Amino acid sequence: MTGHRAVDQTAAHMAEAIREGRATSYEITEAHLDRIDAIDGTVKAFLHVDREGALATAREVDEAIARGEKLGPLAGVPIAVKDVVVTKGMPTTAASKILEGWIPPYDATIVERIKAAKMPILGKTNMDEFAMGSSTEYSAFGATLNPWDTGRIPGGSGGGSAAAVAAKMAPLAIGTDTGGSIRQPGAVTGTFGAKPTYGSNSRYGLIAFSSSLDTPGPVARNALDAALLHEVISGYDPRDSTAIDAPVPPVVAAAKAGATGDLSGLKLGVVKEFAEGADAAEAGVIAAYEAGVEQLVKLGAEIREVSCPSFSYALPTYYLIAPSEASSNLARYDGVRYGLRAGDDGKHSLEEVMSLTREAGFGPEVKRRIILGTYALSAGYVDAFYGKAQLVRTLIKQDFEKAFEQVDAIISPTTPFIAFKFGERTGDPYQMYLADLYTIPTNLYGGPGVSVPVGLSEGMPVGLQVMGPVMGDDITYRVAAALESTQDTLLADTAPEIEGN
Amino acid sequence: MSTISREEVAHLARLARLEVTDDELDAFAGQLDVILESMKTLAEVNTDGVQPTSHAVPLVNVFREDQPQPSLPRDAALAGGPDTYEDRFRVPRILDEEA
Repeated sequence: MTGHRAVDQTAAHMAEAIREGRATSYEITEAHLDRIDAIDGTVKAFLHVDREGALATAREVDEAIARGEKLGPLAGVPIAVKDVVVTKGMPTTAASKILEGWIPPYDATIVERIKAAKMPILGKTNMDEFAMGSSTEYSAFGATLNPWDTGRIPGGSGGGSAAAVAAKMAPLAIGTDTGGSIRQPGAVTGTFGAKPTYGSNSRYGLIAFSSSLDTPGPVARNALDAALLHEVISGYDPRDSTAIDAPVPPVVAAAKAGATGDLSGLKLGVVKEFAEGADAAEAGVIAAYEAGVEQLVKLGAEIREVSCPSFSYALPTYYLIAPSEASSNLARYDGVRYGLRAGDDGKHSLEEVMSLTREAGFGPEVKRRIILGTYALSAGYVDAFYGKAQLVRTLIKQDFEKAFEQVDAIISPTTPFIAFKFGERTGDPYQMYLADLYTIPTNLYGGPGVSVPVGLSEGMPVGLQVMGPVMGDDITYRVAAALESTQDTLLADTAPEIEGN
Repeated sequence: MSTISREEVAHLARLARLEVTDDELDAFAGQLDVILESMKTLAEVNTDGVQPTSHAVPLVNVFREDQPQPSLPRDAALAGGPDTYEDRFRVPRILDEEA
């Protein structure tokens, strides 16, 4: 659906047109809001739309440019924000009934930076409740539909952000990635998603799921747009005690360098264990991925097999660490300081009201993970489960470190299968967890990973993942942009048109 | 032999302050059993002499200047509460009557 509408342009082009006076931020922002009005009744990517606020920011940008002010590189380009990121004065629910109606009294650091960059915020996007899931089917407010096939899931947890960008309701969006929640939705919607190095992007104002893994990052339709947003939101924040006080890797320059299509001298690793047995991707995904690898070789990259034996244990390691941290983080939803309170009828004690509130406010996956985390941390089991997972996490980290002594980056399919149909994996949670098989190791290690569209399987998008060393985000953008340079049309521009209402 | 029983799930739910229903108990017990079964594979891994990783990027002694910053105004902090009374969060009684 490549076209000449305002919404068809890349964010980089929109920003340039606004700066040079060929377009106004107001008309670009309004075009996206109108598109949301026209098609989001079908896609259901947004939980909240802020037409007035977005247009007010757009007007400020246009006035500033008319006065001759110099603004940032994405000034005037609208953006959607995942509903797990707090926005002052704008409803924020993490797609949970327990936070329905809550209006945060402060902005997340990354939202402050988006506002300082003068980017109009279109609204908040749908997700799996508290970012736990791979399909948005666990949103308390209903699932988002995949713009490529509305009978299929848009990935998760950040399915709303990915679908909004895929359906051109937003040129850019914010996601958060704990086990793949930016990259897997990117892969299955034909969009670009980047999980930055843990600690290089502030978690202040992210509703906490698993604090040692949560990382906010950009969602876009190509590497350069994502890199521009990456540089807006990244960087040290004293309000996050795990923030790394170091310069942001030069991702914009890397995306531009990659776009020249030269990867000569670069060594890319493929993980032996990902190709074996039950861990292998489905045939159509492998075919699309391998065609992409061939392109990278043509651009000069050298492919080397690397062995990461502990990756086979990444899934159980993750599903002990993340729910353990979640069971502790979600203890704050007690019906006292914010959100829902249930059963407060004068007959129930505080403790009973807490239990009734949490029972009424949390959905099934959140409850499952709280119980799982409580189990993994309980006396008698903590050494065998949570403790053991922390040890295996070290081995996974060491596998990465050894691999990066031999190669510059590691590539893999982003997810083992294309977007599945609604209801296909909700009956057996373990089947849902498999969606993150290839993305989880990076989260446990802490390094960067991006998913770039590589092709189609059964008419549905497939993503190629590029993983880099800690603070080596630039290399992942360079490889991804090089792959894009081999594609005549961006995959994101070939999605079928959504029927509006 | 299952790893986790329905009774254990009920006990964990109580510890986590979740008033789960009978239907949920039935579903969760089976599902958690499948998940925990896969986690038992970690026992195969030799971790002798391995140090645990609690955070992706280890940082130690993170300090900042002790400069006072404006804090959230009281009304803003209270505004999200489900029930407030005289500038405080109102909570149900904490002790049972017979206690």
